[in-house]
Amino acid sequence: MASTALFFLFAGFAIMCAISMVYHKNPLYSAISLVGVFISLSCIYVMLAAPFIAAVQILIYAGAIMVLVVFVIMLLNLDDQGTKNRLRYLWALGGGLGVVLLVQTLFIFYAVMKAPQQASDQSVSVGKTLSIGQSMYTVYLLPVEIVGVLLLMAIIGAVILARRLSQPQLELVVDQELDRRNETELENEYRVEL
Amino acid sequence: MEPSLASYLALSGVLFTIGTVGVIFKRNALGMFMCIELMLNAVNLTFVAFSRYYGDVVGQLFVFMVMSVAAAEAAVGLGIIIAFFRNRLSIDVDDASILKN
Repeated sequence: MASTALFFLFAGFAIMCAISMVYHKNPLYSAISLVGVFISLSCIYVMLAAPFIAAVQILIYAGAIMVLVVFVIMLLNLDDQGTKNRLRYLWALGGGLGVVLLVQTLFIFYAVMKAPQQASDQSVSVGKTLSIGQSMYTVYLLPVEIVGVLLLMAIIGAVILARRLSQPQLELVVDQELDRRNETELENEYRVEL
Repeated sequence: MEPSLASYLALSGVLFTIGTVGVIFKRNALGMFMCIELMLNAVNLTFVAFSRYYGDVVGQLFVFMVMSVAAAEAAVGLGIIIAFFRNRLSIDVDDASILKN
């Protein structure tokens, strides 16, 4: 009984925070509402016997990603832009898509409720860090390596995107480009003479 | 009595719906980014719920992968938002129309 009450508490908090995230125009309010969603989801992970995922959820999402987002919000120093109207068909599209997804959710809810509940193997060790680490470094070693390469690519990409060329560097790049064009023109002239 | 698998799936579906509607309604690139994070979290909840009810650890392993991809997406996406703001002094997605015409 207690776990059902806790589930409804955290689920209601998550849904309210999600709605407030979409509702608020100010990005900072949205970010703080999103942190609320992350924390309530982490509590639900604990109820689902996944303490490792719950800890990682707090560390990565609430700790790393949201700090990055809040840094960017502060860095950009956005002013309140006047309300421009989006196109009307976008409202219809969004509302229609939302209704369709909600109907699908209801359908899944009823289908899973009606299905015979499979006797779940409630083994105690599934959510523990030990079992996750063992399967991560034995059976699923290749995906972990691929994720490592992906993170390296993300680091390089972020550095390249955030780079700003200084004036001498910019002139150097432009000069190289002009030289390259001159060379190709000279080559073309040479070919015409031949 | 524990909450059933269906209630976890319903919560996940509702969160995903809110995220999808938010991506379409938000004009702000940062707001859209946060809505995408919400959708990723809804899917993570589905993985963990199934992992619990089938007693399989692979679901939680996949949640870990999704989180890594979300972290990479955050780094690159916020870099793109900053570069866009530098060029147009706005993060309104309606202003990203250089390729139009």
